[in-house]
Amino acid sequence: MTQPKQKVYYGAIIGRAVCLLILAFLLIISIYPVIWLLISSFKTQTEFTLNSVFSLPGSFSAGIENYVDAWTTGNMGTAFINSVVCTAGSMVLIILTALPISFAIAKMQWKLSNKIAAYITFGLLIPAQVALIPLFSIYNNIGLTNSRIGLILLYTAQSLPLSVMLFTGFFTAIPNEMMEAAVIDGCTIYQMLVKVIFPLMMNSIMTVLTLQFMSSWNDLIYSQTFISLAEKRTLQTALIMFNGSHGEVNWGPLFAAMSITIIPTLVIYMFLSKFMIRGMTSGAVKG
Amino acid sequence: MSKVLGDKKALALFTIPALLLFTILVFIPIIWSLVYTFFTGTPGVNFTFAGAANYLKIFQDAQLWTTFKNNIIYVVTVGGGQIVLGFIIAMVINFGVREHRNLVRTLLFIPVVLPGVASAQLWLKMYAITPQYGLLNSIFDMLGIDNLVKAWTGDPSTAMAALIIMDIWKALGMYILIFYSGIIDLPEDAVEAARIDGANVFQIITRIQMPMLKPIFRMALVMCITACFKVYDSPVALTNGGPGIVTTMPSMYMYSNAFNYSQFGYASVIAILILIECAIFTVAVNKLLAQKD
Repeated sequence: MTQPKQKVYYGAIIGRAVCLLILAFLLIISIYPVIWLLISSFKTQTEFTLNSVFSLPGSFSAGIENYVDAWTTGNMGTAFINSVVCTAGSMVLIILTALPISFAIAKMQWKLSNKIAAYITFGLLIPAQVALIPLFSIYNNIGLTNSRIGLILLYTAQSLPLSVMLFTGFFTAIPNEMMEAAVIDGCTIYQMLVKVIFPLMMNSIMTVLTLQFMSSWNDLIYSQTFISLAEKRTLQTALIMFNGSHGEVNWGPLFAAMSITIIPTLVIYMFLSKFMIRGMTSGAVKG
Repeated sequence: MSKVLGDKKALALFTIPALLLFTILVFIPIIWSLVYTFFTGTPGVNFTFAGAANYLKIFQDAQLWTTFKNNIIYVVTVGGGQIVLGFIIAMVINFGVREHRNLVRTLLFIPVVLPGVASAQLWLKMYAITPQYGLLNSIFDMLGIDNLVKAWTGDPSTAMAALIIMDIWKALGMYILIFYSGIIDLPEDAVEAARIDGANVFQIITRIQMPMLKPIFRMALVMCITACFKVYDSPVALTNGGPGIVTTMPSMYMYSNAFNYSQFGYASVIAILILIECAIFTVAVNKLLAQKD
């Protein structure tokens, strides 16, 4: 009787060891390229051409020059500020627009609420590129090309369907009794929203904010289409141009430029990974 | 209560900003792009009605169909890779990891949050062969596999594979997490009952867990198909469609038709084709996975 039991026991140990090996390999593949990028961004041009790719940079201060070079002569500094402005702007605007309309859809009493919800979530089904060409004429006509405000409006509008869907879900889960109590206490609808509902929604607000951060920060196609002036470019477009415009590739500054675009994401991910993961996978949860 | 929640002024204030933004920047452009398909020239300059000419043109444009062929190869391999590997690895985590599960998940998710352009630039340097070997060629060189040392993104026979491998790497973490949260939500007693009845690990996975995970498979497939069909950032940043048009996707072909060659009407037709392609595959996945019930 003890024989088969032991077999299962050894089998499980071997199985688990294999699993751990696979995972270790996978973790290395997932993370090492990023670490390699960050390390390489501190190497000098000679270190790039003479040493092996696995070597460590010789001096930290020489590496800082890569960043200075990328930031100033490579124009990554300007692009970084543009990206920060556009991303922050769209994060503010998505809360100001998506939160109230989701509240109206989920909790307020009006006839069209279902129809409006369907109208906005319809946007989830359409690939963004379909709207790009008409948008280009619209933006040309109203003078919103080469404008950070133009990008902010676009980033927000594109995120509305998913954000409204997420917020509406969260609002529906809030019990009506809480709102009734607030009304009985004499709150107006605005006070109720700010004092009672918002504090309950902090988690979902963070989820929508991190999602908005990623879609705006990572955007290439809109910034490429609607921005032609170098001083208005955002990070991802500047990074593509960075590679293209230098005849002879300066490896150090190029790696530094790449690091400049990913470090903010990594820092935010370090603190808010829970919300980022929830936001990114929410597309699947809701279908 | 109903007086407060029926407040017309508040309602208008809450809904109008979002509705305006959505209507002007999402809804109208989508409808408008349908109208554009019947015109040639540049909007506002020499836009003239062309009837079905743009639609007829797609049948003579071999390049267009090459880009759709590229796209389908890409969707099937990247989608298949992400779903199959994502599921297997989620199983591996569920079976093999007892502690630090959250840490493992958090680390595996890192490539997902990176900007597409930056990660493509990073892979470009990993695939590099000149002026010095990149990370991958260095590893192959070290291991002595000399025939794998090559210009991965510059060689027409490997450029697509290079793109596919990068994009599986990029989004795999997301599918691992989606399957993993599906697996831990499965009721323990079904698996336990099967184990008592003498089922082995393989049988438990294929007969018990996979059928129960079908809704997750369907959602993951739809999500990954829609993401793959509109792929733009990663091929633009990795290969810019080249060499030739080996890695050019329909979205990129649309973009160059519109903004490099000012063929706005024809580009709109390509946009509509992308939409149709996307819809066909989504409906097919839903039908296919619903039938097996």
